[in-house]
Amino acid sequence: MKETRITMGMPATIEIVDASATQEALNMVFDFFNSVDERFSPYKTGSELSRFNRGEITENNVSTDLKTIFALAEKTKQDTNGYFDIMHNGVCDPSGIVKGWAIREGANILRKNGFKNFYVEIAGDIEVSGRNGDGHAWTIGIRNPFNRDEIVKVVHLSNTGIATSGTAVRGDHIYNPKGDARPNEIASITVIGPNVYEADRFATPAFAMGSEGIQFLEGLPNIEGYMIDTKGIATMTSGFTKYTRALTF
Amino acid sequence: MKKVILSIIVLGSFGYYTFSQSQNTPTVAYVAPQTVVTKKQTTPVDQTTTPVTIPVSVPVSTPTPVPVTKPTPTPVPVTKKGLYNDGTYTGDVADAYYGNVQVQAVISNGKLANVIFLDYPQDRSHSLQLSQRAMPILTREAIQAQSANVNGVSGASDTSAAFQQSLTSALSQARA
Repeated sequence: MKETRITMGMPATIEIVDASATQEALNMVFDFFNSVDERFSPYKTGSELSRFNRGEITENNVSTDLKTIFALAEKTKQDTNGYFDIMHNGVCDPSGIVKGWAIREGANILRKNGFKNFYVEIAGDIEVSGRNGDGHAWTIGIRNPFNRDEIVKVVHLSNTGIATSGTAVRGDHIYNPKGDARPNEIASITVIGPNVYEADRFATPAFAMGSEGIQFLEGLPNIEGYMIDTKGIATMTSGFTKYTRALTF
Repeated sequence: MKKVILSIIVLGSFGYYTFSQSQNTPTVAYVAPQTVVTKKQTTPVDQTTTPVTIPVSVPVSTPTPVPVTKPTPTPVPVTKKGLYNDGTYTGDVADAYYGNVQVQAVISNGKLANVIFLDYPQDRSHSLQLSQRAMPILTREAIQAQSANVNGVSGASDTSAAFQQSLTSALSQARA
């Protein structure tokens, strides 16, 4: 059973392979994604996050989920040597981790309901569990950052998360004037981790680090990465190839 | 071509050195001259696209040989979208969910010559404090399109869509 809907302004796909799959189970996850958007969107003036940013509620009386997100953001800030920070010019925007967190929580909803074989995706960030419909590991393509209709790598995943950060543009003409003013050398960076939250929270800062991002990933335990530079050359972490071979169960 | 051959010799001997050093240490070989990996080639354009396959000290637990990647031409950027009036045009702010994307298109001689990011969601404008330890050499390869059927695709689609949106609006102003 598989369905794609738009949530948080992005396409979300859920597939449940288990024979016990129901429409109700899919709805539960989609409803959760919609509630995340309603509560944590920085663009919705009525969201809990916007009310927090306007000072209408304080850090002490926000919801449990928002407290969790604040705590996760703080941990990621420490894990990235301060490179990842949800505070920008006095405004809190935790979007950089909310998506990965939401996908993982969506996958957890399915787990709590007894499902073992499923796929949960929002806009290219994916968590997979168990096996696909053919009884094999889930096969995920890494999109060509120069041609969104192509994939340039296939990885075989089970009980794993994958997230990609990047841009569809290429060449040496892209500058990031807010950063260190050097041309952005990286087209995309894909991160595989024990779950999609772990993958996603490191993908964004790794991309912002430029060509050093892959070395940053190399130093993280249980995290692998595949970086594509603007010349079409990929660099992978030393353990990445374990995902490029078909898994046997 | 001499420079390429020289580079291969240098990298090759460097790789041998790394490999021989790794025999003495159980972990991944850490090497100091990071410039070998990230060095900018000053050779002509066609040579800069030649992938450099860095010799790697394969971990003992990974007996499978690293696939050798054949050189393939890097995809050529599509920068020509018809004739435009010269000048600099600012695109609309596009929502990439993670933040806003806004680009400026620079038209020179009627062609798109440059794209500048005015706003970009991944930028966190914090100084990067990477550890200063020596970096391991990692495997590189030229990307190649795959034809396999897959269950899903991982990519940075949201940012890309916002980029396209902003660039399109900038170019529509530039249209002759």
